[in-house]
Amino acid sequence: MTTVVSTRPAPTAPPTGLAADRPTPSERRAGRLLTAPFLVIYLLFLVGPLLVGVVLSFFNTTTVKSGLGDFVGLSNYREVLGDSLFWESMWHSVLFTLLTTPPLVILALGVAILASRIRRGRLFYRIAFFLPYVVPSSVVTLVFLWMYTPQIGLIPKVFDAVGLPVPDFIGSTSGGWTAVVLMTVWWTFGFNFVLYTAAIQDVPADVYEAAAIDGASPWQQIRHITVPLLGRTTSLVLILQILASLKVFDQIYQLLGGGPNQSTRPVIEYIYDTGFTAYRGGYGAAATMVYFVIIVAISAAWYGLRRRRATSSAA
Amino acid sequence: MARRRFLALSGGLALTGGLAACSSPLASGLTGSQPNTADVIFWNLFTGGDGANMVLMEKAFRKANPGTTVEATILGWGNPYYTKLALATASGTPPDVGITHLSRLPLLAASGLLEPIERTPLGELGVTQDKFTPAAWKKATVDGTVYAVPLDTHPFVLYYNVDIARKAGLLDSAGDGLVPLKGKEDFADVVKAMKDAGGAQFGAVMSITADPSTAWRFFSMIYSGLAGPIVTDSGTKIAIDDEAMQETVAFMQSLTGPNLMPKNLTGAGANALFSTGKSGFLFDGEWQIPTYRAVKNLKFNVVPFPALLGSKPVAYADSHALILPRNDRGDDTRTRNASKFVKSLLDSSAVWAEGGHIPAWLPTQHSKAFLDQSPQRNYVEAAFNAQYDPVAWYTGAGSDFQGVIGGTVIEALTGRITPKGMAGAMRSALKRYTTSRPPVTMK
Repeated sequence: MTTVVSTRPAPTAPPTGLAADRPTPSERRAGRLLTAPFLVIYLLFLVGPLLVGVVLSFFNTTTVKSGLGDFVGLSNYREVLGDSLFWESMWHSVLFTLLTTPPLVILALGVAILASRIRRGRLFYRIAFFLPYVVPSSVVTLVFLWMYTPQIGLIPKVFDAVGLPVPDFIGSTSGGWTAVVLMTVWWTFGFNFVLYTAAIQDVPADVYEAAAIDGASPWQQIRHITVPLLGRTTSLVLILQILASLKVFDQIYQLLGGGPNQSTRPVIEYIYDTGFTAYRGGYGAAATMVYFVIIVAISAAWYGLRRRRATSSAA
Repeated sequence: MARRRFLALSGGLALTGGLAACSSPLASGLTGSQPNTADVIFWNLFTGGDGANMVLMEKAFRKANPGTTVEATILGWGNPYYTKLALATASGTPPDVGITHLSRLPLLAASGLLEPIERTPLGELGVTQDKFTPAAWKKATVDGTVYAVPLDTHPFVLYYNVDIARKAGLLDSAGDGLVPLKGKEDFADVVKAMKDAGGAQFGAVMSITADPSTAWRFFSMIYSGLAGPIVTDSGTKIAIDDEAMQETVAFMQSLTGPNLMPKNLTGAGANALFSTGKSGFLFDGEWQIPTYRAVKNLKFNVVPFPALLGSKPVAYADSHALILPRNDRGDDTRTRNASKFVKSLLDSSAVWAEGGHIPAWLPTQHSKAFLDQSPQRNYVEAAFNAQYDPVAWYTGAGSDFQGVIGGTVIEALTGRITPKGMAGAMRSALKRYTTSRPPVTMK
């Protein structure tokens, strides 16, 4: 055979006429019925509390008295926006995001590729990498707290044994960030790993086969096939990771208590401290709203960016 | 019978049945009223050894009052408990009896959540001022009205390892008591002696790292030897004495600076070092006694801190106290039962003392059942020298204030703040509280 002809069937033309696209009334009813449970829960537990929160933020509401308390207008917002501790805690959440997102995405991608190329015991590696993710944060923190704990912990002892200066993992700001970032990466990269593993399985095997026939090395295959084809997954993983990291609370709270001297306190802990510990519900609600607006803005910006890129690549 | 009619009828029957059984938890939950599941509903925040002792005390009440039922609910210590207590009371469904730390009392009282003790039958039952540790009773009084019945005083105390103290020559002639100490030089000397005694790695240990509450207790105890509270006028004025502050920080750093005690150590670390004989002293609350009792081969004793700065010893302390949350729909029988329950807990507070606490109820404090308890009987005077958190809406056990102010104390302990810089650091931290709008107006 000298000529290669495509054996693929020509794509069938889409059915003409719009009637076929429109759902029938009964389909529409079924659609409404099927989304109803979600909508009810969404309204009841997300939109409802959000609206209550907006109202609270204009009042001096407290948890020790019934009712809304006195109307204070925008003064809660003024106080939040003028509180240096609020902005510091906001920066801590951003810093945590900057420190954790790159390793969590790159490591997950790298390990997922390695695990997919392994021939024997693939299931074992998949489970081993994912398993830390299912451990509750309190348990992870307890274990790491023991390992980090000054004077008697495993890690300081190892540093001491090899003659290195022992970093103060819990008691100093830089040590605290190192401790919490390392712990978070170990603990949570399993989730991104699973997303990548699933996406890698969707890359058709014949693409690799063709590349191999053309003489592409494994590294070239990874660089020119796997990574580009995982682009959509990467952008999903990235935004999920940014949002998850911005919402950090439990591991910092449990490991460091936001210390030393509030230098690692994330914004959610600030809200918790002022809203619950100090009973200032209205003030806490105002801080929440400011933070909420920022998170929504980041998500919206990301969404817009992706849409622009999608339309420009389609054009 | 038609199906529709049958359904309507049975629905109606179910409804009337539900309304008739208004006392059932389900029905009262739906109508928002207090379920009367027991004659006395008691909320507390005790788990572990304290929780077990409290159960014994509830049992004693049930035995003495057959026919009166008690339902005890244990909630998470700290903010989970206080948030629920405040919300339940504010919305008209409080428990009959609750527990509070006295350091948390000012705000609860100012919010009108508590029944003044004089308006309950407790006085008739013999629960009167003359039968309580004066400092605790005073702390239960807000603006001239008593709002709580103190159950105990739990001070910050000095633990020591008896064997190391013997080696260091710090035991008195009786054999296991500590030689009398006075003043900061004396104290620093004995800490050093403990470290040099051989076997010990440190003279003293304390939970510092990520533990602002403990740091605050330690600081407050030393500073109070020289000066009054750091905030006054219900928390609206900063009243820091610069000289006292400087002296306090210098003293703390004289212990952590030369590594007589570690600058960075968690609670678990302090526990491990003291339990294994690697430290002569431990600075902590007496509530840790049951923890160390459980350690095999550890011979320890507990005494109050000596006077460190100033002439008189000071004990940083807090108290657990019993409160009757205000209930507008409450009836006299319930209040009477609640009062009887409170009185019964006071009477059995020798059991409570097993957890390390000093009973605030003097009949128990003077009883043989308590005086036989060692080391508890050693530090009773700490209850009389008790120094509580300053009065403000933002202070108290586990409060944001303890977190923030304790955070600056940790900076001082680790040497990141100079004695001179401390007053400024604390002032700027306090300013947020003295200037922000209080959730409730305090007198």
